[in-house]
Amino acid sequence: MSAGVDPSLDTAPPWLFTPRVVFTTMIVAVLALLPVYSMLTGNTFTLTLFTRVLILAAAAVSLNLIMGYGGMVSFGHAAYLGIGGYAVGILAKEGIGSGFAQWPVAIAASALYALVVGALSLRTRGVYFIMITLAFAQMIYYVAIGLDRYGGDDGLTIHKRSQFGFIDLSNRTTFYYLCFAVLLGSIYLVARIVNSRFGLVIRGSRSNDRRMRAIGFPTFRYRLVCFVIAGALCGLAGALLANHTNFVSPALMHWTRSGDLIVMVVLGGLGTLFGPLIGAATFLLLEEGLSRLTEYPDLILGPVLLLVAIYLNGGIEGLLEGRRRG
Amino acid sequence: MLYFIEQCLNGVQLGLLLFLLAAGLTLVFGIMDLVNLAHGSLYMLGAYFAATFAVWTGSFVLAVILAVVASLIVGMVLEVVAVRRLYDRSHLDHVLGTFGLLLFFNEAVRLIWGPAGMTLALPNEMLTAVQVIPGVYYPIYRLVIILATLAVAGFLYIVVMRTRLGMLIRAGASNREMVGALGINIKLLYTLVFGLGAALAGFAGVMQAPILTVQIGMGENILILAFVVIIIGGIGSIRGALVASVLVGLIDTIGRAFVTDLLRRVLSTNAADTLGPSLSSMSIYMLMAAVLVFRPEGLFPAASR
Repeated sequence: MSAGVDPSLDTAPPWLFTPRVVFTTMIVAVLALLPVYSMLTGNTFTLTLFTRVLILAAAAVSLNLIMGYGGMVSFGHAAYLGIGGYAVGILAKEGIGSGFAQWPVAIAASALYALVVGALSLRTRGVYFIMITLAFAQMIYYVAIGLDRYGGDDGLTIHKRSQFGFIDLSNRTTFYYLCFAVLLGSIYLVARIVNSRFGLVIRGSRSNDRRMRAIGFPTFRYRLVCFVIAGALCGLAGALLANHTNFVSPALMHWTRSGDLIVMVVLGGLGTLFGPLIGAATFLLLEEGLSRLTEYPDLILGPVLLLVAIYLNGGIEGLLEGRRRG
Repeated sequence: MLYFIEQCLNGVQLGLLLFLLAAGLTLVFGIMDLVNLAHGSLYMLGAYFAATFAVWTGSFVLAVILAVVASLIVGMVLEVVAVRRLYDRSHLDHVLGTFGLLLFFNEAVRLIWGPAGMTLALPNEMLTAVQVIPGVYYPIYRLVIILATLAVAGFLYIVVMRTRLGMLIRAGASNREMVGALGINIKLLYTLVFGLGAALAGFAGVMQAPILTVQIGMGENILILAFVVIIIGGIGSIRGALVASVLVGLIDTIGRAFVTDLLRRVLSTNAADTLGPSLSSMSIYMLMAAVLVFRPEGLFPAASR
């Protein structure tokens, strides 16, 4: 950010009736009531679309933790979506259908991968960090293409959603609420993290890493732990996504998917709790709406993103706060 | 052995093409501090322009020249209309804005040229192979690519190191505020540099067009390779970009040609066939990760960054 003051270090009480709070409350309420609308009208398409919004919003929330609060711009975040998804897909194919096995493996594999990537990448800064995370994501992308047993380039169909005993994930509404719970849980977790002592170190390191180290914090370790938490969260979102589409493929990890996640976070509002949700919803709904209006949706979506980059300070959340660029 | 020499030539050829893309990217990054994800789109546009102009004019050489000029114009217009407004934003805003441009260009190409790919036919005299050293036959067109890109690299070297414009470009790369303060029209300089980068990317697309299918999204994968090159070479350094691009080209090509065979000697044929292609695709990213771990600023770090 070009401004000297770090907006994420604001300490104003967040619960006043600002347009932002009203808007956020409305979104959460709409999301909570959506299955009711879907049941009354029999419109399952909307429910499917919004399930996708919730899942990708959870992924964006995890990216925002490192990018928005930690200043670590990861351009390979889609890799964790892929690892989580492939963990579910591969276990399902090998006959392990229980979610109690699949999901922990998805989370653990993503966390482990994030540990390796973070340990190597966090030595670099700025655009070098952006590119090294991208390089690691590309490696995983090619690994997935090479997995002949699991479909290679064509991807892997998952015939059965994860089994959780009495909870039936093949029920659309149940699955929707599960995704909703995961999303709210992630946002709550991020809120707890960034307001803890740990989170203050992370945010301080984003503002001025050298100063944080000078006053005695081994920031590398803090940042690495933060990076691993974000990877694990995104792996969980990947497991959800695989269950949602019943399909995983290397395309899930193409670098443009990582770009999509960055776009969601920046569009919604970097370093804000609900920004990633707003960004993911705006991006996906805009994409969907435009593709109904015209055969060439990106012809409008592209310039919109450009205009947001040029004119909006802090994305949509920034707009709600009345922040704008001159 | 002969096969090895042929693959080395292919590697050099890919590397020099990458250099055309990477040179523009590294100049734009070094001078304007802009992360440009739309650079691959200019490469794609160059290829589409060449295919179209070849149909219109019926001449390959004329098509190449017109396509490069068209890329230059598109680049300069793009800079004045949109990119200029991104310079004083953060790198994240660059990613967002140029990602938008990338989506826009892909869709615009689909609107104008349709979703099917195009091909650019070579003139007959370029279709044959010549004997480069006894026993090694190599397609003329690939030799033309090598020579043409070397000529462009030489031209770029002269422009950057020996002309007044080049002096301003180098000065801009080390301290742009100071160049502006000394009364240089920095806006015009930026437009020229961006246009130059676009023309180089367009030229790379033109040269690749007869070998590959001209299609939407063709710039996306090669853009990532070009980023790898400028990171390995050190951002802002043209010399680094040249060394790194040839290195990347060679490793990528030779990896694809030989890794599977080498693996077969240690592993079962089946395992080698599975592992080989992935491993060779990953090789340059491993190289980049290794370079960054040991030299976080690339092989030839520009002095001021």
